[in-house]
Amino acid sequence: MKKKNLLLDLFLTFAKIGLFTFGGGYAMISVVEDICVEKKKWISHEEMMDVIVVAESTPGPIAINCATFVGFQQAGLIGSICTTIGIVLPSFVIIFLISLFLDSFLEITLIANAFRGIQICVGLLILDAGITMIKKMKKKPLTIAIVAVTALVMLLINFLSLRFSSIALMLIAGAVSLGVYLLQQKGGKKA
Amino acid sequence: MIYLDLFLGFLKVGCFSFGGAYAAIPLIREIVLSYGWLSDEALSYMIAVSESTPGPIMVNLATYVGSSQAGFFGSLLATTAVVLPAFVIILLVMCLLKTAIKNQYVQAVMRGLKPAMIGIILATGIYMTHKAVRAADGGLGFDGKALILMHIIIFYKIFSKRILKKKPSPIFLICLSAVLGAVIFAL
Repeated sequence: MKKKNLLLDLFLTFAKIGLFTFGGGYAMISVVEDICVEKKKWISHEEMMDVIVVAESTPGPIAINCATFVGFQQAGLIGSICTTIGIVLPSFVIIFLISLFLDSFLEITLIANAFRGIQICVGLLILDAGITMIKKMKKKPLTIAIVAVTALVMLLINFLSLRFSSIALMLIAGAVSLGVYLLQQKGGKKA
Repeated sequence: MIYLDLFLGFLKVGCFSFGGAYAAIPLIREIVLSYGWLSDEALSYMIAVSESTPGPIMVNLATYVGSSQAGFFGSLLATTAVVLPAFVIILLVMCLLKTAIKNQYVQAVMRGLKPAMIGIILATGIYMTHKAVRAADGGLGFDGKALILMHIIIFYKIFSKRILKKKPSPIFLICLSAVLGAVIFAL
């Protein structure tokens, strides 16, 4: 009975987090910290930091990573399934409802004009996210070079409508970085 | 087979999007455009809608694209696919890979992946902004009204950061640009 309550609690808590965090990712971290560390004491602050590091170096939305981690910590596999479904469900329902009406909504001129304004804003927001990441990044020659080269190549791909996957671009950068690291190690041993 | 395409497409997104919401947008854009699921404009609208509704942007986009292409089951599949990699990876990390993530070679690869991702995000931001302010006739010139709107938003952002000492929230900026768009483009 107690376990059942815990699962329900996990599910409802993360559904609440999913319902009330706008803007994804980093906004969600402070909410999860507040609820799971301060109020519910499900995980410690250090564990929370660990999850964020792991979340940043693994793919996928950070919120999902956090939810899976806390759920597993508290109640194993079933717990992690409860928290993950909990955090996804609210946005799933909301977006699904929106998707049914969006097209007819956009035919109204006033709305169409508003969305033209929004389109500009979204471009700027993405640019801003990139700039913020550069500011937080550790600035080494190799990293700066990779940022510059991938940005240039990606711009060319976009403007010339070439077909080249950004996944391939990322994998090449990963390989280059590993190569440089191996060379440095070799050089280090010789010296 | 649309269901399989949706699942594989968003599984790719889930597997290769490191470091938060905006990081996934270039990848989603690429996949969504290559399958012809959405136009660039529709994608921008959906990013704005995702930003103004709760939940991770990636999940919101997956739900929307899935639903617009193949109804309820499409959205269910796309959402599951985008969540699955993150879910499985955390389970693996907790069960057995705790040391693998700190491995020096894994870290070396990561040091290459992350800046590449930043470069891709920057390029996508520039391209999408450029596209949004371009003249409606598809020529090389810019749309005057759109340029004015862009500068107001940039000015407000800098003003808010420097003078009010507060970073404006994305939701507020989106609302602002919606009101501005409705007024400026109607003139």
